[in-house]
Amino acid sequence: MGYVLNFNLIWRHFDKLWGGLLLSLELAVISIAIGIVIGLVLAVWYVSAGRAVRGVIAAYVEFIRNVPLILLVYLVFYGLPTVVDIAYSAQTSFVATLALYSGAYLVEVFRSGLEAVPRGQLDAGKAIGLTPWQRLLHVRLPTMLRITLPALSNTFISLFKDTSVASVISVPELTYGAQWINFNTFRIVEVYLVVTAMYLMTGYILLFALRLVERRFRAAR
Amino acid sequence: MSTDQNDAPALLDIRDVAKSFGAVHVLRSVSLQVTRGEVVTVIGPSGSGKTTLLRCVNFLESYDSGSIRIDGREVGFRDTGNRQRRSEGDLAAMRAETGMVFQGFNLFPHLTAAGNIMLGLTKVRGKSSAEARSIAEHWLGRVGLAHKADSLPAELSGGQQQRVGIARAVAMGPKILLLDEITSALDPELVGEVLEVVRSLAEDGMTMVMVTHEIAFARDASSRIVFMADGGISAVGPPREILAADNTNERLRTFLARFRASHF
Repeated sequence: MGYVLNFNLIWRHFDKLWGGLLLSLELAVISIAIGIVIGLVLAVWYVSAGRAVRGVIAAYVEFIRNVPLILLVYLVFYGLPTVVDIAYSAQTSFVATLALYSGAYLVEVFRSGLEAVPRGQLDAGKAIGLTPWQRLLHVRLPTMLRITLPALSNTFISLFKDTSVASVISVPELTYGAQWINFNTFRIVEVYLVVTAMYLMTGYILLFALRLVERRFRAAR
Repeated sequence: MSTDQNDAPALLDIRDVAKSFGAVHVLRSVSLQVTRGEVVTVIGPSGSGKTTLLRCVNFLESYDSGSIRIDGREVGFRDTGNRQRRSEGDLAAMRAETGMVFQGFNLFPHLTAAGNIMLGLTKVRGKSSAEARSIAEHWLGRVGLAHKADSLPAELSGGQQQRVGIARAVAMGPKILLLDEITSALDPELVGEVLEVVRSLAEDGMTMVMVTHEIAFARDASSRIVFMADGGISAVGPPREILAADNTNERLRTFLARFRASHF
């Protein structure tokens, strides 16, 4: 019964995996970029808003965080167009979903970072006559960024891996490429070994790059 | 040093200021006038309202009643007299007229020593960054830190950080400098260098209100000492009068006796 590993078929279709990886990265970058905007805006709004707004933002965060991503992907891709009259590609639908999803996680990261900025620094900003916007821009956000960088790195890596969920709606990213090769060659062990290695290496490279950024900023603490 | 405050108009005019946190009266009808060029030190036991009073002067804290005027202008409320809080932009402009130095230094950790000083100059005073840089360098030189202009706060000792804090405040050209226990967080051997800077600013004629536990410094450098207790001003006068062993104010004598016992 000995299963003999044979990677030849994998290499023959490697363009599916390589193209998939690039698409995974693209999906991650676009979604996270939108997520950062959502997260920043809502976090800043949250810390300066009254109870009602806080409640709405908290509800968004809790909803997203307590529903599995795969379900959100189905809801947005299959559910929404049947209710409202809109049409979008699987890829657009996934980016929208992952952006909303990462936004919810990033609100939490940014919010706790904003709240961790020492009051004394804000007092110092007030004392030299900075307006609220200037204090936010020149005092609170820069310090918040330094505080949240480690947590941000972890969130980014995790969101990159979450792009694999896009395979369930046939977005041809890395995991989808793996499934395609598996269906067509039945080399299940080989293909998933290669894909695992690809996720692992990409994750490590991302982590390494983010740690470099962190170190640069930490020196400036 | 002048002790008679009646002829010159007050630069800082605090009248009947009261403030409470819930049931706790932090300030009970405090009045104090400070004229241009005066150095007023505020002493008193902890919890007596010293720091709160100072923070009311640049409206980092609001107060419930009374008025605080700098150069005739109400600090936190519109000049209409009906206690309407100023807009945030107005407040920011008012605060730029006072400088404050904090117990915990409160430097911006992401900016260099020069950057800390330049922020207010460029954003609030509208200076170009070259102009701001040269002002920053001038003041860093004044506090003996010309060589540290490009150091980050984390790379400086406490005493050095506090001197940057002072430079940041005075570089804005404030009408009055507020110093809130600026040496309390420092190791004893670093206190001297910071007080030396304050002394030299006093000699230049900078108007100052300084909350401090440095009684010897208060004695040597201030025109008047204010003794606060239980949210009110219990005694005020020239140092030799306030610190005299035969002062008739019993709370003051007790405070000073306890203070001397623990510090000398």
